[in-house]
Amino acid sequence: MGQITLQGVQKSFGPVHIIKGADLDVADGSFVVFVGPSGCGKTTLLRLIAGLEDVTGGAILIDGKNVVDTPPAKRGLSMVFQSYALYPHMSVRGNIGFGLKMAGLPKDEINRKVEAAAATLNLSPYLDRKPRELSGGQRQRVAIGRAIVREPKGFLFDEPLSNLDAALRVQMRIEVTRLQKQLGTTAIYVTHDQVEAMTMADKIVVLNAGKIEQYGSPLELYERPANLFVAGFIGSPRMNFVTGDNAAQRGASTIGVRPEHLKIEREGGGGWQGTIAVAEHLGSDTFLYVDAGPLGMLTARYIGELSLHAGDRVSLVPDPARIHRFDQGGNALRN
Amino acid sequence: MARKSTTQRVVVSTIGAWFFGFLIFFPILWMVLASFKTELEAFAIPPSFLFFHWTTENYATVQERSDYLLHAMNSIIIAGGSTLIALVIAVPAAWSMAFSPTKRTKDILLWMLSTKMMPPVGVLVPIYLIYKAFGLLDSRIGLVFILCLGNLPIVIWMLFTYFKEIPRDILEAARMDGATIGRELIYVLTPMAIPGLASTLLLNLILAWNEAFWTLNLSTSNAAPLTTFIASYSSPEGLFWAKLSAASTLAIAPILVLGWFSQKQLVRGLTFGAVK
Repeated sequence: MGQITLQGVQKSFGPVHIIKGADLDVADGSFVVFVGPSGCGKTTLLRLIAGLEDVTGGAILIDGKNVVDTPPAKRGLSMVFQSYALYPHMSVRGNIGFGLKMAGLPKDEINRKVEAAAATLNLSPYLDRKPRELSGGQRQRVAIGRAIVREPKGFLFDEPLSNLDAALRVQMRIEVTRLQKQLGTTAIYVTHDQVEAMTMADKIVVLNAGKIEQYGSPLELYERPANLFVAGFIGSPRMNFVTGDNAAQRGASTIGVRPEHLKIEREGGGGWQGTIAVAEHLGSDTFLYVDAGPLGMLTARYIGELSLHAGDRVSLVPDPARIHRFDQGGNALRN
Repeated sequence: MARKSTTQRVVVSTIGAWFFGFLIFFPILWMVLASFKTELEAFAIPPSFLFFHWTTENYATVQERSDYLLHAMNSIIIAGGSTLIALVIAVPAAWSMAFSPTKRTKDILLWMLSTKMMPPVGVLVPIYLIYKAFGLLDSRIGLVFILCLGNLPIVIWMLFTYFKEIPRDILEAARMDGATIGRELIYVLTPMAIPGLASTLLLNLILAWNEAFWTLNLSTSNAAPLTTFIASYSSPEGLFWAKLSAASTLAIAPILVLGWFSQKQLVRGLTFGAVK
């Protein structure tokens, strides 16, 4: 079991409010990703759950029990740090088994569990090496091994893949997701990378300036963003925002259209007219960055190859069913 | 072509390094050589470099005239004692500043270092009078005390920079793994801090061993360490170069040997934090 509930959790450092009251319910076995720009408080929120920081107010419940006064090790959670935080003077075996040793397990049981965890993570050949003799990906796996060997109620990941190169990051992303599903352990994962969030999460928490902006499944966030911030943060390339008359006609202060929901036509159609400033041809996709005069720069995505080039005039027609409307305060207007 | 010029550069810089190394080491070499000469040869001009009448009579005389062992023992007690006490005070001080810094931590560190900028002679008279009043003149405990205080800022600085390099994450990982403060100290911190502690200890030992200002001014015979022992050979009757050299060689030999065997630690300690 590993149900984690936050009730009005607050954190201030002196006069600075980092977390301004967070309420959240993480279901047992689910994979929840905290995502947001740098400094939004996502890591702080994770550290509060871990117990590495004390809350200023509110309650954190793990399986219904308030743990705000429980030391980190007693909360039954394990954490994977951004820097891996391996013990440099211990072998891989020592690193993975350290938590079990601290828990006072007998030696042969520790060995058995460490070897099982190492086998899961393909680390068996490296058990007697020191962390400095491992590659980045292997170190990351040791850090994960250290987390899983304790069979915790929940995993806390603090941007664990950000130190890896792009190819390895994608591979580890899949490995972590698969491992979590296989173990069925609740996981909370912090990242600033919205692609990681979209691909890994069962549910995403979008944080901004210490506030939870929206909590929902990746597709909910993509299809029904609660406000301008979430709309702009989730999805790549970013959603196009248009204000002024175009928005007013639809009874909104701002309207948003995702690049993939703009139909690209030759000039003269009924859409928004503009000149292509940059055309990116990826083969699988074509991205057009269009200078649409008073509307500003618009991004359009076409699946497949489109032979248009910088300087060409185009007309962009938004899919009427996929236009997001926002009021003056930036909140989504629902029909 | 590029390869050749790299090799040339390596050769040139190696020769240069050996040359400067030799230049720096030369006074010590000259001293050791002089200690094996007769007094007459030690003065001779032009000096003979290696072809002189080798003798160990200076060492015999030094041994006869003064109690080398007493002074060596004093040096060991004073340098060792002041180093140990400094470490006992500095470890918690540096620890708390490195791991729970406050707004004033930087100021405190600078203030401590600033005490090293004052010439010690500026406080010689008051310290001397205080020592006289407390009966600490020519006592080992008095010298341990003053050397400990004198080196404390450097010890704290070194340990502070060392502890600063221990990533916080690792301590937090240990806490997540269920280590209590005591076990964190035994299993995680101490093994990681040992190189830093060792190099700090060594450097401080060398500094305290070689300290001459306070030891010369606050001790005469009973508590006198090897520095005073050397100084006693520059006597009013005239300079006895050979004997002075023999005494100096005897005085620096133990610390030179220690330094030689621990040079790897020392270099690591001194350059720590400078190179990422």
